[in-house]
Amino acid sequence: MSDVTPEELKKRVEVERIKDASNYLRGSLKQSLQDPLTGALAESDTQLSKFHGIYQQDDRDLRDERRRQKLEPHYQFMVRVRVPGGVCTPDQWLQIDRIATTWCNHTIRLTTRQAYQFHGIIKRDLKKTIAEVNAALLDTIAACGDVNRNVMCNPNPYQSRLHEEVYEYTRRISEHLTPRTTAYHEIWLDQELVATSKKQDEEPIYGKHYLPRKFKTAVAIPPSNDVDIFANDLGFIAIEENGRLAGFNVTVGGGMGMTHGEPETYPRLADVVGYCPKEKTLQVAEEIVKIQRDHGDRTNRKHARFKYTIDDRGIEWFKFELNKRLGWNMEPPRPYVFESSGDRYGWVEGVNDTWHYTMFIQNGRILDTDELPMMTGLREIAKVHEGDFRLTANQNLMIGRVSSKQKPVIEALLKKYKLTGSYHRTGLRLNSMACVAFPTCALAMAESERYLPSLLDKLDAIMKDAGLEHDPIVIRMTGCPNGCARPFLGEIGFVGKAPGKYNLYLGAGFYGQRLNKLYRENIGEEQILAELTPIIHRYAKERGQGEKFGDFVIRCGYVKEVLAGKDFHS
Amino acid sequence: MHIVLPERSKTPLNEEQHRYLQQVLSILTPEQAAWLAGYVTASIAGSAAAGAMASAVGGGASDITILVGSQTGNSEKLAEQTHQLAASRGLRTVVKKMGDYKLPQLKAEKNLLVIVSTHGEGTPPDNTKEMYEFLFSKRAPSLKHVHYAVLGLGDSSYEFFCKMGVDFDRRLEELGAQRIHPRVDCDVDYESAAEGWMDAVLKELSTRVEVSSAPIAGAGFPALSLASASAYSRKNPFPSVMLENIVLNGRGSIKETRHIELSLEGSGLAYEPGDVLGVYPTNAPDVVEELLVALRAAGGEPVTVDGKETSIYEALFRHLEITTLTRPMIQKYAALAAQSKLDDLLAEANKKAFQHYLDGREIIDLLTDFPARELPLQAFVDMLRKLPPRLYSIASSLKQHPDEVHLTVVAVRYHAHGRSRKGVCSTYFADRIGEYTTVPVYVDHNQNFKLPADPATPIIMVGPGTGVAPFRAFVEERDAIGASGKSWLFFGDQHFTTDFLYQAEWLKYLKQGRLSRMNVAFSRDQEQKVYVQHRMLEQSRDLYAWLQEGAHFYVCGDEKRMAHDVHEALLKVVEKEGALNREQAEEYVKTLQKDKRYQRDVY
Repeated sequence: MSDVTPEELKKRVEVERIKDASNYLRGSLKQSLQDPLTGALAESDTQLSKFHGIYQQDDRDLRDERRRQKLEPHYQFMVRVRVPGGVCTPDQWLQIDRIATTWCNHTIRLTTRQAYQFHGIIKRDLKKTIAEVNAALLDTIAACGDVNRNVMCNPNPYQSRLHEEVYEYTRRISEHLTPRTTAYHEIWLDQELVATSKKQDEEPIYGKHYLPRKFKTAVAIPPSNDVDIFANDLGFIAIEENGRLAGFNVTVGGGMGMTHGEPETYPRLADVVGYCPKEKTLQVAEEIVKIQRDHGDRTNRKHARFKYTIDDRGIEWFKFELNKRLGWNMEPPRPYVFESSGDRYGWVEGVNDTWHYTMFIQNGRILDTDELPMMTGLREIAKVHEGDFRLTANQNLMIGRVSSKQKPVIEALLKKYKLTGSYHRTGLRLNSMACVAFPTCALAMAESERYLPSLLDKLDAIMKDAGLEHDPIVIRMTGCPNGCARPFLGEIGFVGKAPGKYNLYLGAGFYGQRLNKLYRENIGEEQILAELTPIIHRYAKERGQGEKFGDFVIRCGYVKEVLAGKDFHS
Repeated sequence: MHIVLPERSKTPLNEEQHRYLQQVLSILTPEQAAWLAGYVTASIAGSAAAGAMASAVGGGASDITILVGSQTGNSEKLAEQTHQLAASRGLRTVVKKMGDYKLPQLKAEKNLLVIVSTHGEGTPPDNTKEMYEFLFSKRAPSLKHVHYAVLGLGDSSYEFFCKMGVDFDRRLEELGAQRIHPRVDCDVDYESAAEGWMDAVLKELSTRVEVSSAPIAGAGFPALSLASASAYSRKNPFPSVMLENIVLNGRGSIKETRHIELSLEGSGLAYEPGDVLGVYPTNAPDVVEELLVALRAAGGEPVTVDGKETSIYEALFRHLEITTLTRPMIQKYAALAAQSKLDDLLAEANKKAFQHYLDGREIIDLLTDFPARELPLQAFVDMLRKLPPRLYSIASSLKQHPDEVHLTVVAVRYHAHGRSRKGVCSTYFADRIGEYTTVPVYVDHNQNFKLPADPATPIIMVGPGTGVAPFRAFVEERDAIGASGKSWLFFGDQHFTTDFLYQAEWLKYLKQGRLSRMNVAFSRDQEQKVYVQHRMLEQSRDLYAWLQEGAHFYVCGDEKRMAHDVHEALLKVVEKEGALNREQAEEYVKTLQKDKRYQRDVY
């Protein structure tokens, strides 16, 4: 990997030049943090802060008001905490809870990638927040930015035996692909370089310019595809042999995001490219990341994701390239079966006399309200819990590894804080997901988290009416086409276009095996309900035995089947 | 020397102008003629330099000196008025400002008319301090040959009413001068009392001094470079339309600071940065109602105010001051109330208890704490002062906002002695004016708070809270004229997120380089309170360097604590960076004041 010439750098996008000049992600972050005249970071630092897990945002509800008041926007920061595989200890939960109430907006957001998100941190509290996250033995580095993000893993596989070992690989992949730059410790943890003669930071895998775009990795344990493995740039499907982990089927090239009105951008599902024995996992992950590093488009960020790198050259090119770099050939993929992508709610028995309790958390947003003291309840549970907490891939929470002796203790607390029965909702709602959107996300075009619940109220009524109260249908909403809540994998998908207006997509596969397709463009609630009501009723009446909604709408011709990302728009 | 004008037809003058001008020119000495030539030229060029030049040459050709000590400019206006009135009566006078006065000249004075205002609790106005100290020091000369009269301006809601006037009057006598007219103390509504003094004093002087047969054309006092072309004034305010009224504090702030924009279109009023806008508010209807209840009046009962008949409601709502308690008012009330406890409070010996009672109380408290069995409405009306205009430092530059004037006003609301209270004018803006109300205003020029004449001069501005208002005008003005001089603003308030007044504008100016530096202090954003003076001390090295380069230093805002703390900090900066002791530092700062490089607009 050689350095980039100045001519080459000029051809690249601005962010590439910012990375280049940043000295391994330092930029002028330190000075920006100390500037007392503004609650914002310097422009270029807002790109670099992402690599540190920090997004600069502003309260969009106040934007206009503050402009009229001759005040700058209400800048605040979102901090994303990495939780490989979504597993953390009760003590870490308590720290997260404490940070949320001290520096943030008194809520904890569980993300669609099994991470924690804090919102509402003001600049002068940022350093304290990051330091406290690290003190809890979690971190925020590479939670955002052009690097490998939080590595997902099924938190409660049917084959619980496998979980421990697979989870271990998840952590090792995460660790292996974490940036090596000491900038993070320098800026947030006040750890100066030990000696001035120390070599400049080196990134053995990423190099000075990191990746062209975000890179998402997930690990799945069949038959559950809750992590939506095919939506990831890189995936590892656990293959079992005699009750033990043998190796992984490797998937590449998945990615959700697209831009309205630009058909050369599209969501894509990953290809399964082969099988590797488990000892080779880290090497395979590294080489795949390096392929994207070297070949991804750095002149156009909308064309920079791994999916386009592959589609531009073909999957055969990729396999050839990978084998070349590995120095050995990947084996043909082994058989596997996915059956679902949702969470299993309530108490589920694990191994070695443990139980897991999964609760439904609308939009993954944990907070206290008058009716439901969720945050307090979970805090109290964390104080006595001896197992772990697991963030699910559907923005829900699992209280994991509860011994049968502790089970009644936890049950009593769940009851006390009205947390039992969280999952007594329709099958539709239990399989719903929404991204954050307003008021904090700068990219939102329409409401998502703040709107989906009330839309679901209306859809729930229709479902009940049609006798489909307990039928699971995957439904997802995002405020913009970046697709953070994986809307293109919804049997019903909504993507915001303008305030109150959404594109409606139908027909994805129930266990994340097929993308949906555009059904109606730029419609408001009235039309959404008008469109969906007859379809839902027809589904109730005419579906085949065990036929899923996503398959039904294709069979009945509402939308065509999408076989490849390239055909998403056709 | 005798300057002769060319024949009228060869000049651009009319008959009358030609006649008067020839008259003036015929009585000027060469020195005076030279001065006049320069002054007129400079006036046309339109700069305050004209004023400086004029006062530098000063008078000396007159036997009557009008000595002025003023904070906000009222005394200066009265001095000018006296000067004009004297001239119209054939008396030649020269006006000198105490801050510019050369103290050794004092014993050479023959006739001294002293016009001095008292600011707040009896403290000398900034430009009066040196003379005041001189007079009361051992170096004060014998003034055996001086005749004098004193006019004092003040506010009777302060215990030390007209203290400056009192002190000057007494001290001059002690130094042997002869009083030609008793001292007159004016309350906030000063015009008629002042005019009475002028008339009497000039009458007296005309028996002692040479009187010219013809009126004397005014020369000697620097006319304001903004000669009012307007028909509107303090006596005749302009009904301005409100254009904008927004709360500057962000959601969640406990403060309510408003940015007010008023239209001056059609008024002919003009102002410079540093000037002040006088506003005539009306009282709050609910406060008026409370008083009517205490007075057992319905509101329509007829009373006379200022010789005009009106209803008691109108009188209390529009014409009279109905909140602030003053000793004179209480004395008049006590005479009618026949309440022994009140009489006790007024006793000489109980000054402290009296002050304590006044603290946080208003006229309504007086009526309810010491109810009078019978209080005729007219008698009550006669006790009250006229509703005075409120003065606000102007927050805009005409060059950026033609025909507009902007203000920064914080709504004053508080609880005291079981009642909720509010500032009259601040809540007038906040609560009682709407889209179609007009606000009666006038411009009050403040010669003591001005940008440096040379736009290349560096300026340092310290303006926490609403004190930032005139600095917005300063920066806007310098931006408009493309001033090359660097500028530095110190601002403070409670919370960064919600109380950073005009933040977006400062950030823009900093980005464009129209404001060179800015330091902020938000007192409640951390454990310990941090204020602007702390920032000054942190920046002492650069601050001192700027002063050494000739920077002007401005302070605006709260007088009681902030101005004092900032002054202290300035001294400390000078001590530390100049390696001076306290005495030397004080000299340094005094020199800044004398050179008009340390200016304050404090309230």
